[in-house]
Amino acid sequence: MWQQAINGVFVGAIYALFAVGYALVFGVLDILNLAHQAVFTASAFIALAFVAGGNLPLTIALPVALLSAGLIGIGLERVAFRPLRGRSDSNISGLISSLAAATLLEAIVLQIWGPDVERFPLGTFPDKPLRLLGATVSALQLTIIAISVALMAALTAVLRATRLGRQIRAVAESPRAARILGVDVDRVIAWSFFFSSALGGAAGVLFGVAFNSVSPDMGRSVELKGLAVIILGGMGSIAGAVVAGFALGLIEVFTVVQLGSSWRDAVSFGVLFFVLLVRPSGLFGKAAIREA
Amino acid sequence: MRLGRWTRGLTVVSSVIALAACKGGGGSSEGGGSAAQSKSLKLGAALSLTGAAATYGQSQKNGLEAAAEELNGGSSLQGIKIELVVEDDATSKEQGINVFQRFINTDKVSAILGPTLSTTATAADPLAQQGRVPVLAISNTSPTGITDIGDYIWRDSLTEAQVVPGAVKKAKAKFGFKNAALLYGNDDVFTKAGYDVMKKALADENVPVVDTQTFAKPDRDYSAQLTAIKGKNPNILVVSALADNAAAIVAQARQLGYSGPILGGNGFNSPAFIKNAGPAAEGALVGTSWNSSSDAPANQRFKQLMEKRGVKPDQFTAQAYSGVLIVAEAVRKAGFKTGRDDIKSGFAQVKDLETPLGKFSFTPARDAQHEPAVQQVKNGKFEIVE
Repeated sequence: MWQQAINGVFVGAIYALFAVGYALVFGVLDILNLAHQAVFTASAFIALAFVAGGNLPLTIALPVALLSAGLIGIGLERVAFRPLRGRSDSNISGLISSLAAATLLEAIVLQIWGPDVERFPLGTFPDKPLRLLGATVSALQLTIIAISVALMAALTAVLRATRLGRQIRAVAESPRAARILGVDVDRVIAWSFFFSSALGGAAGVLFGVAFNSVSPDMGRSVELKGLAVIILGGMGSIAGAVVAGFALGLIEVFTVVQLGSSWRDAVSFGVLFFVLLVRPSGLFGKAAIREA
Repeated sequence: MRLGRWTRGLTVVSSVIALAACKGGGGSSEGGGSAAQSKSLKLGAALSLTGAAATYGQSQKNGLEAAAEELNGGSSLQGIKIELVVEDDATSKEQGINVFQRFINTDKVSAILGPTLSTTATAADPLAQQGRVPVLAISNTSPTGITDIGDYIWRDSLTEAQVVPGAVKKAKAKFGFKNAALLYGNDDVFTKAGYDVMKKALADENVPVVDTQTFAKPDRDYSAQLTAIKGKNPNILVVSALADNAAAIVAQARQLGYSGPILGGNGFNSPAFIKNAGPAAEGALVGTSWNSSSDAPANQRFKQLMEKRGVKPDQFTAQAYSGVLIVAEAVRKAGFKTGRDDIKSGFAQVKDLETPLGKFSFTPARDAQHEPAVQQVKNGKFEIVE
């Protein structure tokens, strides 16, 4: 049971990290960025290129991949979102153009690295199994949980305590009011994409290292889960995404334990359905968006 | 001006309809027949070059190309040139159907090889059956739902039902396990069928199953299922999964501290499995339809050919390569005619053909018939268990 709880927290940490990026962009722009999963994938491959191709340790590859993912995010915003901003249907057209961007990114990854499942070379991370209260935990798992939590905490700190963070929150509240108060809205949105994509990219690298598999379609396995997480947490709520991410991880694991693995997705999405019935705005509701 | 464009559009549309009608009425041997006069044998290959099964598709492509090149360089087909059209089915039913439609109606191929996965085959093969185009499956291992589609569907790949019982028996003799746990992908025809066969094979050997868990193709994390399985202390873990999933499953099982033997279905049969699972792959057992260490001349020639191309062959390469040899043999048996029905009737006469898979014949149910083997991962390589 204890072992399963650890498994759940571990997957949950990655779901949460991935979903926080979704939530950030949604909170600021009210647009779902469906290219988020492609950034997740691209970033994992970038880290892989540094580790496997350049023989660099993960401690260098991870920050580099994170930064690259952030830059991809800024590019994404320029190409797929900014030109559409201000149009009356920008929510839908933004959704569609992010889908196109996702296809494009995936195709680029496919062109460069091919369709095969790759993995980080053995020993990329010294993987020592530790015994913890009768459960087996690898040092890698603990590190991944720690990195995820640290990154989410860092984002929260940026949003709360810095000038940029205040501006992001102001734009989330009302772009027009923010602009009147002299906030450079375009710059703030670009930064939001940078943070969002960097976190998504970090999730991609950690996912690839944790499960020993990096493939052009890896983003698809978290895409739906990520969407479920932000809906569950309340669209655009950062705290909601974190809580819901861990919750989904644990729900999945305990469904496997109690009902069997065939029920896993049915129960996860059943819970999602139920929460939406009872609290249509998600666990952390609309109010939390303004806090983001 | 506008009107002109309209009528032109109409002409195009109506000619397309006319063409389609022609095809429906005229029968398919027409397409194949004209191919014979130009002395070429057009083969369409629907392979999963992208998506979850891309590992296999690439292996297959290598095998097909090598065989076509070899046959085109020789004289055994009396100057008929093999023209290989390879298309990507993207590991999806929808794309598989598109590719088949193209092969049947646009490319007018004499026969179709593939598609890579049984799941795709169940969706695409009925089109070929309807269009009376012979299909030779070169990797479909689902016991049901493939060759029973109709008399134009053949295969050179042994089914899981033919391979798995032998593997279970041999593993039991080696490890003497008393119970087993099962883990399988429940969203794929092939892995599900593999599971059914494993369950039956274990029952036939009187081995009780202590736990059964499932996963889905896009999954990358199996720790919950594996922890549950480990809690039941099985003597052996039996897994039905595609290679991408299989490698991660084996690696995670070892990470979680499971140390017993692991027996895999056909999905384990790929160098990619060993590469991605790393040291965790050591000792994994798998039934196979290609005995790589066989010193039969056909197998040795195949291995040399692959070495020359710089390709590491696996079972899928061998089956694809053999597939082209079998089609060529069918053409020979049909008196060097390359029509669709000629090839179909030729298939029925293929008997004890020397291939890398061994002496090859078809069963009356159009399935493959040759000797299977069992292999184990040792020092990062598959070795045949004697």
